[in-house]
Amino acid sequence: MPHTPPPLDNVLQSLASRWGTLDVSTYRNQTRIVVAESVSLEVLEFLKAEGFDLLVDVTCVDYLEYRGALNRYGLVYLLTATTTNQRLTVRVFVDDPTPCVRSVVPLWEAANWLEREVWDLFGIHFEGHPDLRRLLMPEEFAAHPLRKDYPLQGRGERHNFPILTRHDG
Amino acid sequence: MAIATTEFESAERAGHSKDYHWTLNFGPQHPATHTTLRIVLTLDGERVVDAQPEMGYLHSGFEKLGEHLTFNQYVTVTDRMNYISPMANNVAWHCAVEKLLGIDLTPRCRYIRTIVAELARLSDHLLSNGAVGLDTGAFTFFLYAFYQREVIYDIFETLCGARFTNSYTRVGGVSHDFTPLVVQKIRDFVKTFPKTLRDMEHLLTRNRIFVDRTQGVGVLSKAEAIGRGATGPVARASGVTRDLRKDEPYLAYEDFDFQVCCAVAGDCYARYCVRMQEMRESLKIIAQAIENLPAGAANVGIDQRAALPTKKQVYSTIEGTISHFELSMSNRGFAVPCEESYAATEAPNGELGFYIVGDGGESAYRARCRPPSVLHFALFPHLIRGHTLSDVVAVLGSLNIIAAELDR
Repeated sequence: MPHTPPPLDNVLQSLASRWGTLDVSTYRNQTRIVVAESVSLEVLEFLKAEGFDLLVDVTCVDYLEYRGALNRYGLVYLLTATTTNQRLTVRVFVDDPTPCVRSVVPLWEAANWLEREVWDLFGIHFEGHPDLRRLLMPEEFAAHPLRKDYPLQGRGERHNFPILTRHDG
Repeated sequence: MAIATTEFESAERAGHSKDYHWTLNFGPQHPATHTTLRIVLTLDGERVVDAQPEMGYLHSGFEKLGEHLTFNQYVTVTDRMNYISPMANNVAWHCAVEKLLGIDLTPRCRYIRTIVAELARLSDHLLSNGAVGLDTGAFTFFLYAFYQREVIYDIFETLCGARFTNSYTRVGGVSHDFTPLVVQKIRDFVKTFPKTLRDMEHLLTRNRIFVDRTQGVGVLSKAEAIGRGATGPVARASGVTRDLRKDEPYLAYEDFDFQVCCAVAGDCYARYCVRMQEMRESLKIIAQAIENLPAGAANVGIDQRAALPTKKQVYSTIEGTISHFELSMSNRGFAVPCEESYAATEAPNGELGFYIVGDGGESAYRARCRPPSVLHFALFPHLIRGHTLSDVVAVLGSLNIIAAELDR
């Protein structure tokens, strides 16, 4: 039998009492809330105080080719409470031309490299991040490869890679 | 023993020049990184003042590939993520896919997957503890560990033909059911392995040199472990009692009697001890599972239209023929919901989860892998500051960084 996670009613109620009605949905026993970018940091700070002490993951989905999508980028914050084993997914949607959210590094140090990875692969800017550099791609790389408009085989970066010989060095 | 970071900071505040610091490139090609990663160390004599980890040397766009390969094809890519325990990745990937698609596995498949995942945990812990031993000078210990990995490879080879890149799971089942020979080999392994485990513990656990090299080195407190996103043995060695096998039981873990292994010291030695103990617990799980292996089919039935039917079904029943056709044609396949879900498993290294977005197509719209190694590697500068250069390999080994999983 699939495991049934502990209920989240209390947390959702206290969230609703503070920020009004929230967009809450559930799929396969997973509860998600959608939070506006303007209050994302405050909501996450509140959730951390409510016991969600472990930030499992920060990632992003590019909805460019997704049928019926209203926004281009959807950030995903996966939170877990280590004492009660509750899980909650927080979604924050942002759009071009300057996709930007506030960094949660002040709340969870774990977000440091996770946000760097999202910046690297999706080009989402994290305001207030202490060290927002590329994590996986080389520094001089120009694109954000996990965006849907970036082709699978790249834009020829590998073929035009500058080759240094011993003499050049 | 470590010198507190504050001493360096106070020396700097006092206006001392930092000219005496020198920089050492550790990696990307270094025998003790075991994989391709780079650390730029700032040294004051032999003391590490700061460390700047760099990654990305093995980045191969696995998540991008996941958007172009079907749910069954992508399992071959997950093999190459944490190649120390590919079976655990296979299981994690297909658990996540089945959660998205809403497929219920057969009891036999749950047990089979539990067994192979625990075997993968054994092979991972053997290598990671063996490597810590190797890097701190205990070569014999490493060979004892590596020999047993070979036995586990043999079991996998008998099971699915591949020793290393198993690609064993399928949506709704596994590629090969357990045969009596596999069951026999696993039973033999359960009998013979405890002797090696005892030998290994006798070699190293109370070895003065090893204990001196690892105790009090790279200490991670409980609060930091949670705040910095550590999971798995690294977190449990710091007193976090979290283990997804107990906290969010998946597959067949609810049926077995086993303990969650924890320590409170949070140093390299504690991480070594937790892994050693976890091997005993894994062995307990395997022993219970192999003796209570449910009969029946390993793959889900044709009514769920997820796993390929057997050849007998294809050739003798119309449902089997239709199901085979539907699954094989590129414009048919699975019924994928336009939804998103995250499913995590307790991989040997920590919480390995996949966040999958389905858009109705045959492959994932987004296949995010939550790799435990990234968060553990981010801990490294924090753990090494103030220790000596020779402690770098002890800390790195005890975190069990696998670059292929790190970079994906």
